[in-house]
Amino acid sequence: MSTATPLHEKYEAVIGLEVHVQLRTRSKIFCACPAEYGGRPNTRVCPVCLGHPGALPVLNREVVTHALRFGTAVNSDVAGLSVFARKNYFYPDLPKGYQISQYSRPVVDGGRVPFLHQGEPRELRLVRAHLEEDAGKSFHPEAGREAATLVDLNRSGVPLLEIVTEPDLRTPGEAHAVLERLRQLVVYLEICDGNMEEGNLRCDANVSVRPRGQEALNPKTEIKNLNSFRNVSRALEWEIKRQGRLLEEGGDLEQATRLWDASEGRTRVMRSKEDAHDYRYFPDPDLLPLVIDRDWIDSALGSLPELPWEKERRFVEEFSLPLEDAVILTDSREGADYFETVAGAAGDPRMAANWVMNEVLHLVKESEGKWSDVPVNPGNLGRMIRMIQSGTISGKIGKSVFAEMAGSGKAPEAIVKEQGLEQIQGGDELQRVVDEALASNPGPLEDYLNGKESALQFLIGQVMRITGGRANPQAARSAVKKVLEDRRGGKTP
Amino acid sequence: MNSRERALVSIPAGEIPGRIRSGELRARDLAEAVAARIERLDPELGAFLATTPQQARQEADRVDEGVENGKSPGPLAGIPVAIKDNIVTAGVPTTAGSRILEGHVPVYEATVVERLRRAGAVLVGKTNLDEFGMGSSTENSGFRSTRNPWNPDRVSGGSSGGSAAAVAARMAGLALGSDTGGSVRQPAALCGVYGLKPTYGRVSRYGLIAFASSLDQIGGFSRDLPGLALLYQAISGHDERDSTSADRAVEPVPGDGLSRGDGLWPGDGALSESGSGASLRVGFAESFLAHEGVQPEVAEITRKAGRILSSAGLEVQDIELPDPEIGIASYYLLATAEASSNLARYDGVRYGNRASGEGLEGMYRATRSRGFGAEVKRRIMLGTYVLSSGYYDAYYLRAQKVRADLRHRFQRLFESVDVILLPTSPTSAFPLGERVDDPMQMYLADVFTVFANLTGIPGISIPMGLDDGGLPVAVQVLAPAWREDNLFAVAGVIADAVQLPAWPDPGEEVR
Repeated sequence: MSTATPLHEKYEAVIGLEVHVQLRTRSKIFCACPAEYGGRPNTRVCPVCLGHPGALPVLNREVVTHALRFGTAVNSDVAGLSVFARKNYFYPDLPKGYQISQYSRPVVDGGRVPFLHQGEPRELRLVRAHLEEDAGKSFHPEAGREAATLVDLNRSGVPLLEIVTEPDLRTPGEAHAVLERLRQLVVYLEICDGNMEEGNLRCDANVSVRPRGQEALNPKTEIKNLNSFRNVSRALEWEIKRQGRLLEEGGDLEQATRLWDASEGRTRVMRSKEDAHDYRYFPDPDLLPLVIDRDWIDSALGSLPELPWEKERRFVEEFSLPLEDAVILTDSREGADYFETVAGAAGDPRMAANWVMNEVLHLVKESEGKWSDVPVNPGNLGRMIRMIQSGTISGKIGKSVFAEMAGSGKAPEAIVKEQGLEQIQGGDELQRVVDEALASNPGPLEDYLNGKESALQFLIGQVMRITGGRANPQAARSAVKKVLEDRRGGKTP
Repeated sequence: MNSRERALVSIPAGEIPGRIRSGELRARDLAEAVAARIERLDPELGAFLATTPQQARQEADRVDEGVENGKSPGPLAGIPVAIKDNIVTAGVPTTAGSRILEGHVPVYEATVVERLRRAGAVLVGKTNLDEFGMGSSTENSGFRSTRNPWNPDRVSGGSSGGSAAAVAARMAGLALGSDTGGSVRQPAALCGVYGLKPTYGRVSRYGLIAFASSLDQIGGFSRDLPGLALLYQAISGHDERDSTSADRAVEPVPGDGLSRGDGLWPGDGALSESGSGASLRVGFAESFLAHEGVQPEVAEITRKAGRILSSAGLEVQDIELPDPEIGIASYYLLATAEASSNLARYDGVRYGNRASGEGLEGMYRATRSRGFGAEVKRRIMLGTYVLSSGYYDAYYLRAQKVRADLRHRFQRLFESVDVILLPTSPTSAFPLGERVDDPMQMYLADVFTVFANLTGIPGISIPMGLDDGGLPVAVQVLAPAWREDNLFAVAGVIADAVQLPAWPDPGEEVR
């Protein structure tokens, strides 16, 4: 199908996200059951999270503290008074037939999240963030004559923070970047493990397409069942195309909820506007309004770590690093701390950055992202870099010292000493090696003297080989060149 | 029935622990007498849905052993107590009067039951109720109606009809009920016993099967005031498992005989001195008595109560109470709204009786259609409507505003009076079957009781004797929040002046 104007020039997508963050507290939000992931089905349950007759919810204040950390980190208004409301609907994994959530007075109101997209600083506005309890999980084993649904309520009552963004995003790429930033933020704040595969970070995406220039928003589609960041982008891409084509053909958009089918690579209608639930929200009479006083907010504020965007900025300013390097190095707090230790010990942040990004990141991947499991001690690495800076060892030797540190855990000073890896900077030792290199390679020597400049490189390389890389490359180059020049000039020793 | 059994079951609850401590009475003997009486009378009366004679014997034995070993047996030692079947008892079936929970055995225990056990009470069984607390006659029970011990053709009131009847018929010394719109006070009035609804938040709701969470409160029944006071003290006090439970001490009330210093109960301290209540001001709404539907004898005994209090030196003033119609309207909007949500959990998935149907929706429909009775279904539908999109503001929100306004109005009233005197029920016990087909008529039974639930204030129903038809009539006294002590004080004054009739022996010839 060819149109005169490409769709993406005629239309723009308006995207908003609803991100559910599972808060990492010891117990569930309204009872004392453990909130951890997993466990044999229906073993982390009690009358409260099972919705037994007569059971009542009691708020876990640690959950609120986590929400306050988020709220203060994104500079939002934290409500002085927040109210829990019942969201009523029937489903087997929802034990009470309602979910305790929040409606008109969420715990966090507004807020802004700085993020980067294609190197450009941007700001995402939040509508709100509210607390709610998670539902259990339903499993639908093989359909067939014995088809049944199995319900595991271990997850029922686990605390969630639902973050709703303004529809400020325009491309799947931006949505991806925002999700990454939110994940990073909640992990920085230690309020969530940020693992989409484990289900502790979930995302629904809302998207509607409109002709460029139109101010009014068209009806939106809510896309559910997105279980990875990649699927969020894929689903948005597909849905945007679908809506664009529909509009192009003269059709109208309808508000609907669609499910992403990852194997087919498309969305399907789940619920139309007519089938939309009326949740009949009303304030939960079993819970008192939550009073959040100044002290609570201040203590949350006071306990905030340096935030990702603050750290990025500081790394750029304090360490004179390019932004993209700062972004990589501040991806996690552990990584950033690791880098700062290296930089401090090395006295050379830029070199430290290169080493960490080029050499250490591999190791992190190998230890499944755990910086604490990286076999190279950051102080050791820093001092090794300092040794390179001071010329004690060459950069090339540095690489093997690094490998040795990773393998044995030994300090760089010990390794260099044991293996006699100090750099040859010049003097008799170097001269001897140069002589040896030239003597062993009469052919290239002849070539150079006959004008083939490239033979110089070969001869320097031989010096490096004979010294096992220990020769300082610049010194080796000067020494070789000098001898060759002398020879050319007829100064035969 | 022999006279020994009769003597045992007639001991006022308030006297039982003392007699047991002194060795004059054995808990086991009392438990046996009560069990025999239940076995004989209850097939006709229908007050109990389940009885626990084995457990009662064991608990009684434990009390007796404690006394023999010189241990202090608890403030309610040996008192036979019946529990309304919407209060959860571990290991003992709890149905809330509904087929949807027939056979359901709870895995945990309500806080109030734990406290009663610790106090040495002997639990004799679970009593009948209107299904999920919805009703004023106990005819909405999914199982059977409860007959009034004073006249078997009459209702015992509701929703705690079983508990009221059990106490009136001396099949228990004390009983627990729940009061959402009058469900303790009204059956107490119809059965001629004392019935107390404490201040909202005074008694933990943990383990009370919820009907309307912001209105429900557990209350108690007794034939004597000291017994009621003991019960009140035993069950009251903060519970961290109920977020709406008030974190405040429970002040002593007259007649509770709190022993000092044994540290068992909150509010342990000097006994109240207000035996005569001479300094109290009583508000009396004469205009209320002209309300349509008020039986003339009910109006008369309310005035009589006013005269009694006046003679005792209390100052009785005329006051203007809010229109009861407003109370009923906002009550039925709010209570049904909350109930529609509270009863959503009865879906056959995790507990209770599941009926099969086509697919998930089919299962839900079959389970709830078959499990719930007509009144419950009516209220769920009404409540769902009240909360639904487009109607929330007009109904639910408006009812909440009316409720807030009522609370303010009562606060203002209590600036010039200490207690309010009014009828409990507009009529004495009506015939079984008379109102089952007229829900609106049934709802009007609550006309004088809903104010206390809407505003959270405590109220007590005080028996005043029998009407010309031989049926109990009663008055109600209301007090500001946390002033149960004044309810007991006023009740004490009336008790001193009124000669209550002999307790009935339903279906028995007295020998």
